[in-house]
Amino acid sequence: MIAYILRRLVQAILILLGVSIVTYALLYMLPADPARQIAGRSATAETVANIREQLGLNLPFYEQYLRYLGNLLTGDFGRSYLQKTEVGELIAARLPATLLLMAGAIFCELLFGLTAGAIGAIKRNTPLDRGLMVASFVGVSAPQFVVGILMLYLFAVVLGWFPIGGYGTFAHLVLPSVSMGFLGAGWYSRMMRSSMLDVLRQDYVRTARAKGLGRARVFFVHAFPNALLPIIAMIGIDIGMFMSGIVVVESVFGWPGIGQLAWQAIQRVDIPIIMGVTLVSACAIVLGNLLADLVAPFIDPRIKLR
Amino acid sequence: MLVLAELAKRKLALLGLIIIVVIAGSALLAPWIAPYDPQNQMFDGLTIEGAPMPPGGQFLLGTDLLGRDLLSRLMYGAQTSLIIGIVANGAAVLIGALVGVTAGFFRGWIGTILMRATDLMMAFPALLLAIVLAAIFKPSLWIVAMVIAMVNWVQVARVIYTETRSLSEREFIEAEWGIGASRFRILFKHMLPHLLSTMVVWATLGIATTVLLEATLSYLGVGVQPPTPSWGNIIFENQTYFTSAPWLVFFPGIAIILLALAFNLVGDALRDILDPTQKGRH
Repeated sequence: MIAYILRRLVQAILILLGVSIVTYALLYMLPADPARQIAGRSATAETVANIREQLGLNLPFYEQYLRYLGNLLTGDFGRSYLQKTEVGELIAARLPATLLLMAGAIFCELLFGLTAGAIGAIKRNTPLDRGLMVASFVGVSAPQFVVGILMLYLFAVVLGWFPIGGYGTFAHLVLPSVSMGFLGAGWYSRMMRSSMLDVLRQDYVRTARAKGLGRARVFFVHAFPNALLPIIAMIGIDIGMFMSGIVVVESVFGWPGIGQLAWQAIQRVDIPIIMGVTLVSACAIVLGNLLADLVAPFIDPRIKLR
Repeated sequence: MLVLAELAKRKLALLGLIIIVVIAGSALLAPWIAPYDPQNQMFDGLTIEGAPMPPGGQFLLGTDLLGRDLLSRLMYGAQTSLIIGIVANGAAVLIGALVGVTAGFFRGWIGTILMRATDLMMAFPALLLAIVLAAIFKPSLWIVAMVIAMVNWVQVARVIYTETRSLSEREFIEAEWGIGASRFRILFKHMLPHLLSTMVVWATLGIATTVLLEATLSYLGVGVQPPTPSWGNIIFENQTYFTSAPWLVFFPGIAIILLALAFNLVGDALRDILDPTQKGRH
């Protein structure tokens, strides 16, 4: 077990190293001159050359990268080209908002997805089940920005139940969470439905019913928890999907998280910020996958870690 | 043909097929059946105050901020979505299958490198990667398609890899090795037919993902560039005005959802039909 975890950690570090190299190389190819960006439009050629010298931007690619990596190991993400602030600080300031949004989204997708899936399985092949199936298909087919804008229009503009955007109170959290959770709810409801159907076919469920236990008790005590287990592990894998979702949802709702930070940085070609957010996201994704794999054998003892 | 008949028996899949035929039909016939030129900024396409016209009347789905007919733009936008959906996803499936089969069947050090590259790709936040790639290459229709293919091949590679590995351990493949069949005979005659159904399923389901990614990129302004209409960039162009002209977000949004939904429905049904182990699970 410990050997397995160690090996996976080493793998994770190698993957993150790979992500940093590829991202650095991609951003290096961007048609932008960082020294000119920092110096501003009115700077003299000499100032620009000085800044280039100072940041080592005239060094060959691999030396620049090694320098960046060296700083990274001491926890230094570098400075934003345009805001002159430490990228680490910028990300740290934005991270709580993003984590809050992700928590809200996970809550929504589990609430809607599990409920719909369980109901579908119990009322199998009824019009209700089919309706929920179609709804879950719509969920996985709707782009988050469309869901976001439509909900914004309906619930904030027309009905006025929620604020139009921004951050601060619980009311601000509702619409962005639902827009982000809508997609996942579609996946979860389909997984939950088939997981639930599998469980309902098991002998112990039939035994419980034969013992004379009521439908509700068999369902909530015996079937539901068992059907839930394989799905819990999926949350780790979700994180990758969220890391894409936050860019869109945060920009639709003006949510001050790292997705918006990344999106603004991309528009202004502020390379250190793009680099920082990509690395933080990749860390989250790798960690999420690792957790999903580590949790699996506790949930299902038939799974062996190798 | 048999598969098509099987598909037509399932209501949801049939619905998906119909949606695809209608959208593809209006994309193909757009030059003849679109009511107006999608680029024409019409004088009577705006109200006296200069606002876009609401749906109904002369312009069935209304007009956009520049007085262009929304229905015509949606029809031409369908061309964009479908071209990118088919080209980008086709390329992604081909790359993914090539990588998956190479790593799963030939293995060796090339296989190891390919699978490590796949792991690496899985760790990237897909949308950020696509945005950065699009920014580097200056978006055009074909560049957007290429960017999406570069992001989307990964899942296909993983699925084909797993399937190739488990196939190679099956007895009928071992028997082939035993009687001295060449690796190419085994690959093309015995493995590929099995992998083909997975590829067909992904070629369908993947179009839904591709359509969504294209719409998102275009909505962010790094996808297909105006004036070429794409459902995503129609929303991008008009979103500042959506509180007073919601139809400019509503109709393109519905179009995106319908097309992705259709490919998801058909792909899901295909998976049931082509994978006999899944029979009777619904």
